[in-house]
Amino acid sequence: MLAAPLVIAAALAYLLLLFAVAWWADRRAAAGRSVIGNAWVYALSLAVYCTAWTYFGSVGRAAAGGMWFLPIYLGPTLGMALAWLVLRKMIRIARAYRITSIADFIASRYGKSPLLAGLVTLITVVGIVPYIALQLKAISGGYALLTAPPGAGAGAAPAAWWQDGTLLVALLMAGFTMVFGTRHLDSSERHEGMVAAIAFESVVKLVAFLAVGLFVCFSVFDSPAELFSRAREQPALRGLLTLAQGGSGQGGRVADTQWFALTLLAMLSVVFLPRQFQVMVVENVDERHVRRAVWAFPLYMLLINLFVLPIALAGLMQGDALPGNADGYVISLPLLHGQPGLALAAFIGGLSAATGMVIVESIAVSTMVCNDLVMPLLLRTRRVGAGARSRSAEDLSGLLLAIRRTSIAGILLLGYLYFRLAGEAYALVAIGLISFAAVAQFAPAMIGGLYWKGGTRGGALAGLLAGFGLWAYTLMLPSFAKSGWLPASFLEHGPAGITALRPEHLFGLGGMDGLTHSLFWSLLANISGYVIVSLWRLPSAREASQALLFVDVFHRASVDAGSAAPVFWRGRAKVADLLALARRFLGAARAAALFDQVARERGVAGVEQIPADARLVQFVETQLAGAIGSASARVMVARTVQEEALGLDDVMRILDEASQLRAYSQALEQKSRSLETATAELRAANEQLTSLDRLKDDFMSSVTHELRTPLTSIRALSELMVDAPEMPEAQRLKFLGIVVAETERLSRLVNQVLEMAKIESGNAEWRSGEVDLRALLERAVQTTTELFRERGATVSLQLPASVPPLRADEDRLLQVVLNLLSNAAKFVPAVGGRVTVGLQHDEAGLTVSVQDNGPGVPPAQQALVFERFRQGGDAAHRPQGTGLGLPISRQIVEHFGGRIGLRCEPGQGTVFWFTLPWSRPADGQARGDRP
Amino acid sequence: MVKGLGGQRLVAVFFGGWALLSFPLLALWDHDTTVWGLPLLPAALFAIWALLIAMMGWIAERSGD
Repeated sequence: MLAAPLVIAAALAYLLLLFAVAWWADRRAAAGRSVIGNAWVYALSLAVYCTAWTYFGSVGRAAAGGMWFLPIYLGPTLGMALAWLVLRKMIRIARAYRITSIADFIASRYGKSPLLAGLVTLITVVGIVPYIALQLKAISGGYALLTAPPGAGAGAAPAAWWQDGTLLVALLMAGFTMVFGTRHLDSSERHEGMVAAIAFESVVKLVAFLAVGLFVCFSVFDSPAELFSRAREQPALRGLLTLAQGGSGQGGRVADTQWFALTLLAMLSVVFLPRQFQVMVVENVDERHVRRAVWAFPLYMLLINLFVLPIALAGLMQGDALPGNADGYVISLPLLHGQPGLALAAFIGGLSAATGMVIVESIAVSTMVCNDLVMPLLLRTRRVGAGARSRSAEDLSGLLLAIRRTSIAGILLLGYLYFRLAGEAYALVAIGLISFAAVAQFAPAMIGGLYWKGGTRGGALAGLLAGFGLWAYTLMLPSFAKSGWLPASFLEHGPAGITALRPEHLFGLGGMDGLTHSLFWSLLANISGYVIVSLWRLPSAREASQALLFVDVFHRASVDAGSAAPVFWRGRAKVADLLALARRFLGAARAAALFDQVARERGVAGVEQIPADARLVQFVETQLAGAIGSASARVMVARTVQEEALGLDDVMRILDEASQLRAYSQALEQKSRSLETATAELRAANEQLTSLDRLKDDFMSSVTHELRTPLTSIRALSELMVDAPEMPEAQRLKFLGIVVAETERLSRLVNQVLEMAKIESGNAEWRSGEVDLRALLERAVQTTTELFRERGATVSLQLPASVPPLRADEDRLLQVVLNLLSNAAKFVPAVGGRVTVGLQHDEAGLTVSVQDNGPGVPPAQQALVFERFRQGGDAAHRPQGTGLGLPISRQIVEHFGGRIGLRCEPGQGTVFWFTLPWSRPADGQARGDRP
Repeated sequence: MVKGLGGQRLVAVFFGGWALLSFPLLALWDHDTTVWGLPLLPAALFAIWALLIAMMGWIAERSGD
């Protein structure tokens, strides 16, 4: 055993450490370096799901029923697979409309109904108090185990309340929660320090539990295998390793439905327990953190459950040597094996699991109690509820905080009371399941509200009332009966002996354990009530507008740009009234800051110049909703401004306007985009024209240059002959010969230009006949023999034996080949020039290639040589010729549906090639055949 | 990702996991035998669980925004 002062000191030290962590995180947040802006911290904070129930109760459950502790963690694992779809939508909605609790969420969805909010809060409080009692019971039990002298049973009568450490613990937790949960009023209800402390606690409890598990598996026993083989020697324990000994010990179909029910229940609880909603939705700072939590949180649950069964089996194998019940094995096992330090660590781990739950749960529930139970009642009184225009309007933010603190203390004391009165009658897990079944009643209204626009306030009320009523009758009352508060005959024979109304066999329905039975009836009634009453009539205007905002949240309210969201409000308001209202509930400083921000966003000089339009009213209402709940905020705003009632038609019209606005803006965007495209096209066309113009100029200058050279020589020679009549005959003849040659060159140039223009304009004449390419190539080479001989180059032909004839214009093709050959002749080196003419044919057509061993064409020029008005080389080093040969060749080849190109590798010379298909494509027909 | 493949894959994992972790498939493992010295049912449950977590992790972390 451990000395009581030591245990108390350790617990206090741990709580102080928790304070320190929370304080540090708050400081960091204030300095702008938030620690909770981290996906791991978010995932760890979700592990607040694993409470003292997990820590102590799972072992107890495993000791009684084997693997039946597991569905409680398998359900949430499966639930997290849907988190990306469902949870993210909730987060988006909660952020857009400043929703701070599950009651607020449901009430806001169904037309901001105060009645609904109050009902949800009531269900929560009734359902959650046993759960808080469970935590206190666990701490108290652990403390008793640690400090009990050896041999004494831990289940001895509890001490009187003033000697009870549990009360002290409850008060300490209340203190902590008040300090970090309600230090200031924040319109988004975020508590950075609290979240950091919870994440820290998650680490502590996991490490402590794993330490005990490892100790049991590898120190008490040699290995897990040995532990299990020893356990299998005992028939009673062997049964725990299969499902046969199911939770209710009945097996068969009962086991099936019970397993299913537990999984479903846990899956719903992981979202709808108030503390889970708080950490998952309200405290979420970044939607993307969900991505990590999807797998990290289930992994956490797997780890913390890994050693549950080994610990339970090891405890059972000790038999009567172990004091207390199976719930306490985590502490009693290390104690028995002489490890008081480990036992203390295990107690601290359990304390951390319990405090984490109690802190978050009480913050969440106190927010609900304050906003959804107390505020609506206070608002009815004259003093608080008076409109902002009344004189007595004072700052109420202090009052709000006081209400929350009181309700935190109240909830914890209620839990303590329940623990004192009923705590001994039940195992931990049984208590917890009662709470789970209570919050599962929120599921139809929540999930229906997220995806079904037709759900109405009446439907939600009916469903919740029916579900809650049946829950109370089939689960809560039997638990009272088992605690001895109600006569046992109530269970066995039904109220007043009516057997059809036996709470655990309602209408004679059997074949299920109590929990499954209750869950079945309550959810059946809940869903039926919700759907049937919702379908009874059309939703009202307010219900319809809220339904639209919730169901279509991904379309209507993006987090950053709320401007496209429709505002369902019409009436008249004054900025001063709204400011006064905000001041009352948010405090003067925050209200002023908010209005300044609005003024900046609207681009007006001061707060007074803000137009008091629907958007401003909605903004103020949303901010208020964060502080006092959407239902109360609605009431207060309605009292402050002059509103006109909206009908369903108006809602639809506003919606139309909003979507029209959006459509207009989209159309406008599209117009401006197409305008931009058109501008870009015009600019490109203009550039092309400019470039063509420049090319034409270049060409003109090049052509005139070519014309001038022969003209100059003709003129010079003619003048010489005119000036010197006595010139010798031979000289004269020589000069005349030059004049004739130059004239021929001139006409060739002019002809080529004309030819080019003709082909381009489509006015060229094309003859058509059978062409033997082989013969054509031989003729072309023959024609140019003299040319190549002058250049000192050799020409070789590589021709197949025969090629099929091709339908084309023989003269034009000859022109192409001659062009390529004379081109090659121009570029072969002065010594050792070599030109190879090749011909190949396949199914598609013919390929002619002319290869030279010249210097090659630079890569930059390769694309240009076939361009009209372009010539290889710059103006200074331009080779002889018009630069029109290749462009004309291209026109001809393309006319016959072929392609022309060049291949050029360094040191390999250049290969000009062109292909001609056997049959011409249709477009070629249309292109140049006009007479 | 809502409309994307990742969200749909997670929904598929949900249904697959539900089938694997409930009756009648669960009865497949409900035998009084051991694998590597560990009882079959707990070993199978934790193995399936770990597999589901691995798949969820792979899907969730893989699909970028």
